[in-house]
Amino acid sequence: MWIYEKKLEYPARVSGPNPKLAKTIITQYGGPDGELSASMRYLTQRYSMPTPQTKALLTDIGTEELAHMEIVATLVYNLIKDAPLEQLKKEGMAGYYADHDRAVYFIDASGNPWTATYIQSKGDPITDLHENMAAEQKARSTYEYLINLSDDPCVTDTLRFLRMREVVHFQRFGEALQLVQEYLDRKKFY
Amino acid sequence: MDKARSKMLQDIQALEFAVIELNLYLDINPCDERALKDYNNYACQLEALKRTYAQRYGSLVGLMPSKLPCFDWINEPWPWEMQV
Repeated sequence: MWIYEKKLEYPARVSGPNPKLAKTIITQYGGPDGELSASMRYLTQRYSMPTPQTKALLTDIGTEELAHMEIVATLVYNLIKDAPLEQLKKEGMAGYYADHDRAVYFIDASGNPWTATYIQSKGDPITDLHENMAAEQKARSTYEYLINLSDDPCVTDTLRFLRMREVVHFQRFGEALQLVQEYLDRKKFY
Repeated sequence: MDKARSKMLQDIQALEFAVIELNLYLDINPCDERALKDYNNYACQLEALKRTYAQRYGSLVGLMPSKLPCFDWINEPWPWEMQV
């Protein structure tokens, strides 16, 4: 089970309404390389992980990704909640408004809804850990593009934190892969 | 949210970040005694600070005891509504 903690892992401040920025950042909520994808990927792969280390790591990173999902949602929510309708229309969010008003929904930057096809759970721990390392790199790239797009220094600060976490997770998954490879080698008898 | 409360919440965030980071490291290196000592040090500080925060402002964590007469869980500011 999970127990909710009423706080963010890292502060998520915004300088003011900015629908144009929200429209791109939302991809880290419901896009292919976003936090929902990351969390669901690790939390579903963990059942078939072979070693105590990998079961723990996927559970704990999957849990941290839920906290990142909440940080991204907080940014999006606060970037659009006080935006007047005229600004939403001018900054490309009329379509979003039609479907969701100013609520937070799982889509990518182009409006495609989240799908389980963004993630994989293959049963082969070598395959799954490689997928996870690639996923962390894709998320890091996305955060770098979002930082390039951001014109709000408060938002950029939070995006930098999230980018840094991708780098750390990549590192841990790499170490996990090495451990699993050693474990599988030991299991082979000729 | 007043300054003292906001400061305490920031301290909790900072301590918890150290605990999360060491937790992930220990998942892979469970017998690194130096890291484990650091983890225990931060985890104890975090637990104590969360207890103080809960006594003053209500629990940050779900499924904890509440003050009477009304369930205070619903009243505290939610993370997406705070500008901490």
